[in-house]
Amino acid sequence: MAEPLDVDRLLADPATRIIVCCGAGGVGKTTTAAALGLRAAEVHGRRTVVLTIDPARRLAQSMGLSELDNTPRQVKGIDAENGGELHAMMLDMKRTFDEVVQLHTTPQRAAEIFANPFYQAMSSTFAGTQEYMAMEKLGQLRSTDEWDLIVVDTPPSRSALDFLDAPARLSRFLDGRMLRLLLAPARSGKSMFSLVTASFGLFSRAVQKILGAQLLTDLSGFVAALDSMFGGFRQRADETYRILQDPQTAFLLVAAPEKDAVREAAYFAKRLVAERMPLAGVVLNRMHRSEISVLGAERSEAAAAATDQQMTADALRIHAALMRQIEREAIVAATFTDAFPGVPAASIAAQPADVHDVDGLRTIGNLLVA
Amino acid sequence: MGEHVNSRWPARLHVVTGKGGTGKTTVAAALALGLASGGRRTLLVEVEGRQGIAQLFEVQPLPYKELRIAQVAGGGEVRALAVDPEEALLEYLDMFYHLGAAGRALRKVGAIDFATTIAPGLRDVLLTGKVKEATTRSHDGRRIYDAVVLDAPPTGRIGRFLNVTAETAKLTKVGPIKTQSEGVASLLRSPITSVHVVTLLEEMPVQETLDAIAELKALHISLGRIIVNGARPALLTAGKVTKAELKRGLTEAGLPADAATVNGLAAEARAYLTRRDLEESLRGELADAGQPTIELPLLPDGADRAGLDELASELMRA
Repeated sequence: MAEPLDVDRLLADPATRIIVCCGAGGVGKTTTAAALGLRAAEVHGRRTVVLTIDPARRLAQSMGLSELDNTPRQVKGIDAENGGELHAMMLDMKRTFDEVVQLHTTPQRAAEIFANPFYQAMSSTFAGTQEYMAMEKLGQLRSTDEWDLIVVDTPPSRSALDFLDAPARLSRFLDGRMLRLLLAPARSGKSMFSLVTASFGLFSRAVQKILGAQLLTDLSGFVAALDSMFGGFRQRADETYRILQDPQTAFLLVAAPEKDAVREAAYFAKRLVAERMPLAGVVLNRMHRSEISVLGAERSEAAAAATDQQMTADALRIHAALMRQIEREAIVAATFTDAFPGVPAASIAAQPADVHDVDGLRTIGNLLVA
Repeated sequence: MGEHVNSRWPARLHVVTGKGGTGKTTVAAALALGLASGGRRTLLVEVEGRQGIAQLFEVQPLPYKELRIAQVAGGGEVRALAVDPEEALLEYLDMFYHLGAAGRALRKVGAIDFATTIAPGLRDVLLTGKVKEATTRSHDGRRIYDAVVLDAPPTGRIGRFLNVTAETAKLTKVGPIKTQSEGVASLLRSPITSVHVVTLLEEMPVQETLDAIAELKALHISLGRIIVNGARPALLTAGKVTKAELKRGLTEAGLPADAATVNGLAAEARAYLTRRDLEESLRGELADAGQPTIELPLLPDGADRAGLDELASELMRA
């Protein structure tokens, strides 16, 4: 087993300024992020903000988030005895994008950009925009220096990797270099890239035919407008990337003890290590436990089959199923901890019902350090 | 026309979605296996580059090719295909514009990646276009596949993924992409297609299931079933547990009946009842959605081939 992850030390350390929770969809990232934020505020007295992407409705409501308004709202009903505060906000992807545009250009230019059909499509639906805007928002929150700790819940990506890749991909696109190449007429000549250049001409014509010339015009207008005012999205993406690499950031992988989730966590751990991102540990969520593990599954099942007392038989079957689940979970969890013995691990005991209030988050926080 | 693979599963294109972690890939694979019984041939398709099918069947990552992944008793087979949007675009361009080697050169410089990224929806048009092509492909007047099962994007993105026309119509007014998206759109709204939503009896997956159903209904996309995965048998139907009775029962069964054991079992039974009450109310919410529902049992030994076959026969019985 890996060394235990000391969550309280991480939360209490003033040098920890950003915690990024990542992992596959459905593993409890949002709840874990909110529970960490609450504990940082209540137990460690830190002024904390939790940036969530897509919280469950009831959890959001319990934290006082009734709408996507992109503004941190103070969470009421927390214990502020230690001087901490908890704020929470939900990311509004489109509004964040609009704000970025407004911040960097004249109102007239901004209006032009907002009217461009390509901007409308991209700011609300482009695969990767959510990831990019989450990072943009993180950069904004960090730059105000208003917060002791920012806890980020990453978007429910198709794969956890999108989170790292999307900003670079979007910025590569917005840089417009590829687009300028595409729009440029094929130049003949001695270029060693003549095959490529010739292909571009062909390709550009093909794209024009398939998508229509209007699209390329809209697109080039859009990219030119963005390009001129930003001095490159790439630079912004690079800055965000550096913030993530900084030792003041801590990545926490969240995984449920299920094959797919653990496989994604392992993949992500590999990537974080390769990209030199500060991986603080893994949180194994929803691990089942039993106080009476001395009573094994087989013995319980055999006794259940033998007795004619229905209630006892059922209680024994429930216990046997739980014991088998614990066994399975331990095997699945070990595939991660065996592969990454150097990554500290913590676990959260499974709860019978979902969490939708501050009390529930506090319980999760307590379980995380238990 | 009129030859159905299975009268209980009349569609030919089965789109399987669900929240992440609900086991949609497992259910999609089980459905492909089930529909291949009786000597039929099915195609299991994934579109997200996750290689979930290869992992499930424990084989090497799938290339962009239709390969047999499983044989089914009675002479049936399941083929699998991982659709890669870049490959799909190249194939597509080649079909219309004969790009050949130039296409590969373009790929090297990242142009294909760029092109599949520029138009929101273009990627999805290409992916769904490939699925449509496989569904309708025939040879000598006979369909190549009796059924196609798509392991689709999760509930959060399914509406956008399937509603390709609206997305592309905003940007492309003419051309083959426009034609193709219209073809896909009408296939998805015809009885040939059925979209199934996989869920667990947990709050978030059920909420997302209901949201996805409402969204797909509004888009007039053909809905199929709600598939509840990982369902557990109902125990303690009397709904309560008393320690005195437990103590007596344990003693009779020759098991330890000390306070720790009795309290431990009682606590676990109560947690189970809490869980079951929640599951029961979630079942009610799902029933209100008005779609036929199937429950699949939790596989105690995981989704190995035997487990998949068990789920496949459960699905075919439903």
